[in-house]
Amino acid sequence: MSSNEVILELKDLKTWFKVEAGTLKAVNGVDLTIHKGETLGLVGESGCGKSTLGRTIMRLYKPDGGQVLYKGKDIWKYKKPEIKTFRKEVQMIFQDPYASLDPLNIVHDVVEEGMKIHKLYPEKEAREKRILELLNMVGLNQEHEYRFPHEFSGGQRQRVGIARALSVEPELIVCDEPISALDVSIQAQVVNLLKDLQKKLGLSYLFITHDLSMVKYISDRIAVMYLGGIVELAESQELFDHTMHPYTKALMSAIPIADPDVEQKRRRILLSGDVPSPVNLEAGCAFCKRCGQAKDKCRKERPKLTQVRPGHFVACHFAGE
Amino acid sequence: MEKNKILEVKDLKVTFHTYAGNVQAVRGVSWYLNEKETIAIVGESGCGKTVSIQTVIGLNSSRTTDIQGQVLFEGKDLVKEDMKEIRKLQGDKMSIIFQDPFTFLNPTMTVGKQIMEAYREHRKVTKKEAKERTIEILKLISLPDPEKNMKRYPHQLSGGMRQRIMVAMALICDPKLLFADEPTTALDVTIQAQIVDLMKELKTKIDTSIVLITHDMGVVANMAERIYVMYAGQIVEHGEAREIFYNPKHPYTKALLESVPRMDNRSDTPLSSIPGTPPDLIAPPVGCAFAERCPHAMNICRKEQPAYQNFGGEHIAACWLHHPECQKRLSLRRDEHEQQ
Repeated sequence: MSSNEVILELKDLKTWFKVEAGTLKAVNGVDLTIHKGETLGLVGESGCGKSTLGRTIMRLYKPDGGQVLYKGKDIWKYKKPEIKTFRKEVQMIFQDPYASLDPLNIVHDVVEEGMKIHKLYPEKEAREKRILELLNMVGLNQEHEYRFPHEFSGGQRQRVGIARALSVEPELIVCDEPISALDVSIQAQVVNLLKDLQKKLGLSYLFITHDLSMVKYISDRIAVMYLGGIVELAESQELFDHTMHPYTKALMSAIPIADPDVEQKRRRILLSGDVPSPVNLEAGCAFCKRCGQAKDKCRKERPKLTQVRPGHFVACHFAGE
Repeated sequence: MEKNKILEVKDLKVTFHTYAGNVQAVRGVSWYLNEKETIAIVGESGCGKTVSIQTVIGLNSSRTTDIQGQVLFEGKDLVKEDMKEIRKLQGDKMSIIFQDPFTFLNPTMTVGKQIMEAYREHRKVTKKEAKERTIEILKLISLPDPEKNMKRYPHQLSGGMRQRIMVAMALICDPKLLFADEPTTALDVTIQAQIVDLMKELKTKIDTSIVLITHDMGVVANMAERIYVMYAGQIVEHGEAREIFYNPKHPYTKALLESVPRMDNRSDTPLSSIPGTPPDLIAPPVGCAFAERCPHAMNICRKEQPAYQNFGGEHIAACWLHHPECQKRLSLRRDEHEQQ
């Protein structure tokens, strides 16, 4: 499905925030690539920096180090017209379908706004036709066009959000937890819709979530993030078949399985404690405080993301063992 | 082991009066809870699971909403009981853990004080005794460094720790009944696993009965002995956990189980989803509420409410498909088909 053409590349990306207690290193040295037509899943617990990473890609935060290369060009070296093109080609779908739609705007205007700004379909008639087409594409219809966001259910609102993102004909969509606010039965609807649209329009997705079981289903490759860094990266089947990093293993064992026999018999790798604070990070592996196999080396030296099997990268000193 | 019913809800109906009309949030549900048992009530948001629990525990006063039916606890009907009496039960014999630990903790009070308050409300104890008990309960829920952490404010704690505080607050008076309203939904998977294990462990330690409300079938599989499936304010299926998971009868239960992504899902087949959305409860459908979204819907489903059919033991489901008449016709049609 995905080609070899790289659409987005992150090089040693760092986004830091100054807080009272010191420097909060939300994203701390991330290297990633997204190919055209690919879905890259980004998983991690809350506070690991995955949303900050998404927003840095969207050019909402200025990185404190490293680069975001979109189609080979640094997005912070853009001139004004290029910024506009970038904003057209890279769109975002937000987590909370209640907060991310203007309550005073009807669906028609929500979808139209981006088209007007980017002068797509300048003739009114064509534009109106296109709006209907977009609504149909996401499973809404004409009767929904002149309604306000509060008249919709969560799943329908998320569809409006998707229609808005699609209205400017983007190439890359950053989906920041698009389904976690929705019910299971509705989650499946939205995920199926996103997959369908990808097939039709050749979109690339960065799919940010904490739901490992859903991410396996939608992603071609998965990156696992912990405390600002990528700890494991592999094709999704490979990641599940040959899990290497102790954190990924713990995450997988914590996924609840809807089957009483399996669920009550299996052993979990319980992680003690919470994700440590990303403020004033110490040297060494970020995970060593919660890791069962941590040794002296882990406390002193931060492991680099290295290839252990073909296409499978792990940041752990003892991954191969 | 003889089973004693500790709580029984009979034909509970809850209606809210709103400007748009009367919302029939709960439309006649009956369920019970045995001593030392964990049951789960599952369903999508808006199906009335939270409302029915809130009514049982007395958080929906009958002055603002219309409540019918019976809630029997220790020989008393809580629906008719005086608010003062219910206040005495709340937090003492029955308590609740809410979904979002941040909204339900007071941001201006240290967590230790909040837990102590719950204890001193119901027990005549000195401050010192209350403090000792608080530290004891914080140790029980394995909160690290209880003496230091109880002096902190909710915003200084992480989500998992806040949820532990909620659990501590609910358990401080050794309740007989514990309601857990989506206790893990707002948490990360690794923290979820910690809280589920904690609740299971505590259950054996303090002998409480748990009513778990959730839409996460994984958590249900881990904890529940019996399951009630709710849809549009009614219970559509009830049975032992294994029965519900391995032998679901109602199309809604089946669809709900299928829409949970499984680890062995192939990514090239679409996830099965339930088309459409739940019905509007201001004007609920005359027939089966699920008919609009059901792949097997027949004419009768849209006209008349189905009765419960029994499938052995306690397993019941409300669906026309399992009506003897329907089964007979289906098998007739199958025979005809084979003859052709």
